Amino acid sequence: MVASTGRQGAAEGLPTGATRRPLVAAEALVKHFPIHSGLFGRETGRVQAVDGVSLEIRRGETLALVGESGCGKTTTGRLLLWLLEPTAGRVIFDGQDMSSLDRVGLRAFRRRAQIIFQDPFGSLNPRMTVGSLLREVLRVHRLARGEAAEQRIGELLDAVGLHADEASKYPHQFSGGQRQRIGIARALAVQPDFVVADEPVSALDVSVQAQVLNLLADLQRRFNLTYLFITHDLSVVRQIADRVAVMYLGRVVELGDCDSLFRGPLHPYTQALLSAVPDPERGTERRRIALSGDVASPAAPPPGCPFHPRCPHPGVDDTCRTLVPPLRTLAGGAQAACHKI
Amino acid sequence: MGAPLLRVEDLRAYFHTADGVVRAVDGVSFSLEPGETLGIVGESGCGKTVACLSILRLLDPPGRIEPGSRIMLRDRELTAASEEEMRSVRGNEISMIFQEPMTSLNPVWTIGDQIAETLRRHRRARPAEARRRAAEMLRLMGIGFPEQRLDEYPHQFSGGMRQRAMLAMALACDPSVLIADEPTTALDVTIQAEILDLLAGLQERLGMGLVFVSHDLGVIAQIADRVIVMYAGQVVESGTADEIFRRPRHPYSEGLLRATPRVGRKMQQLSVIPGSVASPKLWPSGCRFHPRCPYAWDRCREELPVLRGEARAVRCWLEEEPARRTGGWDGAALAEDR
Repeated sequence: MVASTGRQGAAEGLPTGATRRPLVAAEALVKHFPIHSGLFGRETGRVQAVDGVSLEIRRGETLALVGESGCGKTTTGRLLLWLLEPTAGRVIFDGQDMSSLDRVGLRAFRRRAQIIFQDPFGSLNPRMTVGSLLREVLRVHRLARGEAAEQRIGELLDAVGLHADEASKYPHQFSGGQRQRIGIARALAVQPDFVVADEPVSALDVSVQAQVLNLLADLQRRFNLTYLFITHDLSVVRQIADRVAVMYLGRVVELGDCDSLFRGPLHPYTQALLSAVPDPERGTERRRIALSGDVASPAAPPPGCPFHPRCPHPGVDDTCRTLVPPLRTLAGGAQAACHKI
Repeated sequence: MGAPLLRVEDLRAYFHTADGVVRAVDGVSFSLEPGETLGIVGESGCGKTVACLSILRLLDPPGRIEPGSRIMLRDRELTAASEEEMRSVRGNEISMIFQEPMTSLNPVWTIGDQIAETLRRHRRARPAEARRRAAEMLRLMGIGFPEQRLDEYPHQFSGGMRQRAMLAMALACDPSVLIADEPTTALDVTIQAEILDLLAGLQERLGMGLVFVSHDLGVIAQIADRVIVMYAGQVVESGTADEIFRRPRHPYSEGLLRATPRVGRKMQQLSVIPGSVASPKLWPSGCRFHPRCPYAWDRCREELPVLRGEARAVRCWLEEEPARRTGGWDGAALAEDR
């Protein structure tokens, strides 16, 4: 067992699986990055990475955030962890507005919210053994020292499927899948409630990817974790998510229950995205909804609906070209941002 | 029926390093007909890229093609060809495209100049003619305003556009074989779908043979006519795409399919292939998959199974002792959720 103290006890009172009260909420989040150019580095434009994202993550659930490169999904993850401060909008964690937290409050938050990266090798110090890496986390957060720390490191490695005696090895002595397990162990060291997993299996081979996905699901059940699972790979989402938010050019265009979204996607972008994923069972029987052109640059998003220049819907009209569609809740509880639904 | 377009026989490509011999490709055979797509699927380190580079004789020392390997382009033996002959084959009769187009495109040359260069070298085309043909190729690849885009540099192209430009360059001389090594892996899925459709369409039109390498079973299922599955430098199974994906017979192919998540449905639990691919410096004894195989018994640890069969071939002792196929991959992971 990894978690034996503190919050785990408090979490026992909660039913397993999702409850209705959100752990994390984004309210109209906006993040713009200035573009500097020229001799004096003046601001010449803005990348609108995240442009009004509102969503809730319920306790114990996995919310998948999906979209293609540049859609703002990673920035959204960083905002929810308060690793970036929003240009506008609010992040609410467990009922508290993040911008109201002082240093002590922020420190406590860092123990409750953690991140797992795509490339564990890039995020592990190559000169530190796995043991010293985990020991440092425990020391920085003043969680355990000495004998207690060693015991905890053993428990953590065991929880992610590694041997306790592997604590004396360096990151390069592990395979890609094992390194990702180390990244997971490090995130779990502080017994977090909320974990942002940013493309955690995208760099792994299929056979190893399945091991890590199963491990993440197993850990979620054991420690009542809440996940934001960021990925571009929709087949992985179907396997692991409870709910899915689809992003396009900095906005959420559809949000709903995983099963219903995969069975009956509402937004034309979601429909096209799902139809484009190759599936070994569908083979060549796939009927793809063709999209024309590339995603616009977030530095110069089109007016109106951000998807309208590529939209395959036959009814694209002036409303689409001029008005940004709001994310509306539809019958059945799903949300979509489209004038034509 | 005459000789196949491309035939690879018992290809061995080893790297002779200070630490020992790395047997990256260890006895691979396959053939390709005109208009056919052969999919090569396998995980990282299985030797699929080294096999492709070997066909074009692009291995750098300490890598080399071992004696006894044969690579035949129709009736020409490429393993015996001179370097000069190979230069006339590359980009002309056999072209290759890669995962990351930026590594093959020269950043300081315009797209047009790079396509024209291929034509000048292989076809001795005059500048004006080369430029006209380059524009035509870009149009064929679905790039709008080709005359203007000829004068742009690779960094001005998006990822999908660069892959199209690389395809234009690869196909400019009308090659009979195109080798595509993970050409869509770095692309977003909607762009990947466009490139796959483009490739399939071009192949139908130009009648070239296509070798398509990928780790993605879904992509291979969609584009390939025939498939070979590689593991640890060897072919472990081959057959039509339908046979491989609907009725896999090698435990590795079976495990790989069961470990692959689908968009079409949710699997109750993904199967797990324990461990990871062995190091090519020290392949396991006997069957190279045996340390990860759920069916392995004594014989698998001691004797390397031969690839049995012709078009449909499997390298596994289960083919001789089918009664041992019991237990196997955990649970009924293929059960559906509805």
